[in-house]
Amino acid sequence: MKRDMLFEFGRTLVAIGLALLLGFIITYLVSENPGEAFSTFLLGPLSSVRRFSTFIETVIPLIFTGLAVSIVFQASQFNIGAEGQFFFGAVAATFVGVALDLPPVIHVLVALLAAAVAGGFAGYIPGILKARWDASELVSSLMLNYVFLRLGLYIINYHLRDPNAGAMVSYPLKETAWLPQFLPPTRLHWGLALAVLAIIFCYYFLYRTRWGYALRMTGLNLSFSGYSGINTASVIVYSQIVGGAIAGLGGASELLGIYRRFQWQMLPGYGFDGIIIAILARNNPLLVPVAALFLGYLRTGADIMARMTDVTSEMVAVIQAIMILLVTAQAFLAGVRHRMVVRGAKAHAKLD
Amino acid sequence: MQNLIEIIFSVSFGYAVLRVMTPILFAALGAVVSDQAGVINIGLEGMMLTSAFTGVVVSAYTESAWLGLAAGVVAATLMALLMGYFSLKLKTDIILAGIAMNLLASGGTVFLLYVIAHDKGVSSSLASKVLPQLELPIIKDIPVLGAILSNHNVLTYIALLSVIVVYYFLYRTPLGLRLRAVGENAHAAESVGVGVHRVQFIALAISGMLAGFGGAHLSMGYVSWFSRDMTAGRGFIGLAAEALGGRTPFGTLVASLFFGFADALSNYLQSLRVPSEFVQMIPYLATVLGLAIYAQRQRAKKALLSKKG
Repeated sequence: MKRDMLFEFGRTLVAIGLALLLGFIITYLVSENPGEAFSTFLLGPLSSVRRFSTFIETVIPLIFTGLAVSIVFQASQFNIGAEGQFFFGAVAATFVGVALDLPPVIHVLVALLAAAVAGGFAGYIPGILKARWDASELVSSLMLNYVFLRLGLYIINYHLRDPNAGAMVSYPLKETAWLPQFLPPTRLHWGLALAVLAIIFCYYFLYRTRWGYALRMTGLNLSFSGYSGINTASVIVYSQIVGGAIAGLGGASELLGIYRRFQWQMLPGYGFDGIIIAILARNNPLLVPVAALFLGYLRTGADIMARMTDVTSEMVAVIQAIMILLVTAQAFLAGVRHRMVVRGAKAHAKLD
Repeated sequence: MQNLIEIIFSVSFGYAVLRVMTPILFAALGAVVSDQAGVINIGLEGMMLTSAFTGVVVSAYTESAWLGLAAGVVAATLMALLMGYFSLKLKTDIILAGIAMNLLASGGTVFLLYVIAHDKGVSSSLASKVLPQLELPIIKDIPVLGAILSNHNVLTYIALLSVIVVYYFLYRTPLGLRLRAVGENAHAAESVGVGVHRVQFIALAISGMLAGFGGAHLSMGYVSWFSRDMTAGRGFIGLAAEALGGRTPFGTLVASLFFGFADALSNYLQSLRVPSEFVQMIPYLATVLGLAIYAQRQRAKKALLSKKG
């Protein structure tokens, strides 16, 4: 068991190393000054307080969608829907923030609740379709992204749109609905605390409650869990609902903490980021922040590199793609693992 | 309402439906071939984008739209093979491999666009070529129908022909039979000597090739430039059309027409101040419903079989 974890850890490091190496080769090929470009990329986020705080801001939504995807993945269900759930959660929070008049704190809580319900609802649909009709949650969650994108845009563009703003954006949220920024002049906001709470909740939920136990068992072996009396259909549904609610909260946190008026006209891509993070974190809620910090660091570094040097930030997408491919490639470095197992077995045999 | 009916039955609307449908149909046929072999190709989106980009660049440098098309199709096919290498040889989960391909294409094309054209948005500084439109003899003289069917980009006709080719390939050739057998039950196919991985590699390559045609249509037919993320989810819509069309070539054609119809309609509705969001939502909702009905029928069939057995 320990050897397996060590191997997985090592393999992840090798994969990350190879991806970064490739990033360096690409930089070397296109840049006038590759050394400077690459060191800006690797060290940029640490070079000033403002950049460091931008880096932490970037990490917050990544934690939410990373957790959302991890929970659903742990039930061995697919989830491409975090994208739409995140978006729809932000729409719900906007609605509460613009249309309702509530006292301070309560306003924020109601907005967050609305976002969690909206996201949970968006997750419920692929869950129930899978549990009741055996319809692939992969395809349905993918399609529902577009449904919730359009539905959300309809709500924003036809009911909450600010006609005095130059662009297609909603009215600004009422100040009572803001998640306060606690360290001006940075934009760090209380969504960070919310993200930490979400991590603790997910860990507790998965490893300390019977629902989490049933969820993990269903993920390990659906038929076995079914025979041993776990209601796997309901597990599938609630894993998607919990995942959706967390993704929805993530959308609300971004909106109430940073943007404060709705301005997306397309899906912002955090759902797919969540998949990358869940993969790197092996679906473990406690590792999600580590993976999110790593990914957020790469993103921020790439943005700084794009501003300061002649290499564009999209290089990081290539690095991410290679990381996904290598980290999840079960046969990658399988030879090393095989030798480790053989050596372990031999040592064991000698002891006997 | 009167306006709406006038629009739907107008000639230019019929023409627009076919035009909008073309890239979706290519992607959807690509999805049919790979899915029938039991490999889900989520990377269609990225393969289309790669082809759209490669086509523009190569056609600008060679001054030939056809070479651009060929290069685009080859690039998309290579990408499919790369995905196959990771998912079949190195055992990366195929869906994650597809997502990686999409990321790679989305970032990689913008990155290269900046290197080549010093622009991160569009390729307008490259003098790329456009594939020709085709006048159909005889058909073009038929009233109404001629105006709808004739004078499309050559790729629209290739797309329609591909429906028949894919049908013939899947249901009338030995390789097609093996491909479907692998998708139906890989172990059974293997036990009678079918090289499962080889067949799946071929299926992915064909799937990538079809996506390549679709991507080329976007940048060298639909418009005459490349812009970042210009596929705008059409690869995913292709997957939807394939699911809605019940994984068959002709069903997929009907579903693609339906998606094209809704898309074209929403463009027109915007001018009538009707919320186009709802119209654009319909195909996706229909897919989800279709998926549920299809899955339900499959399950009923299975239950029936196990009773008989």
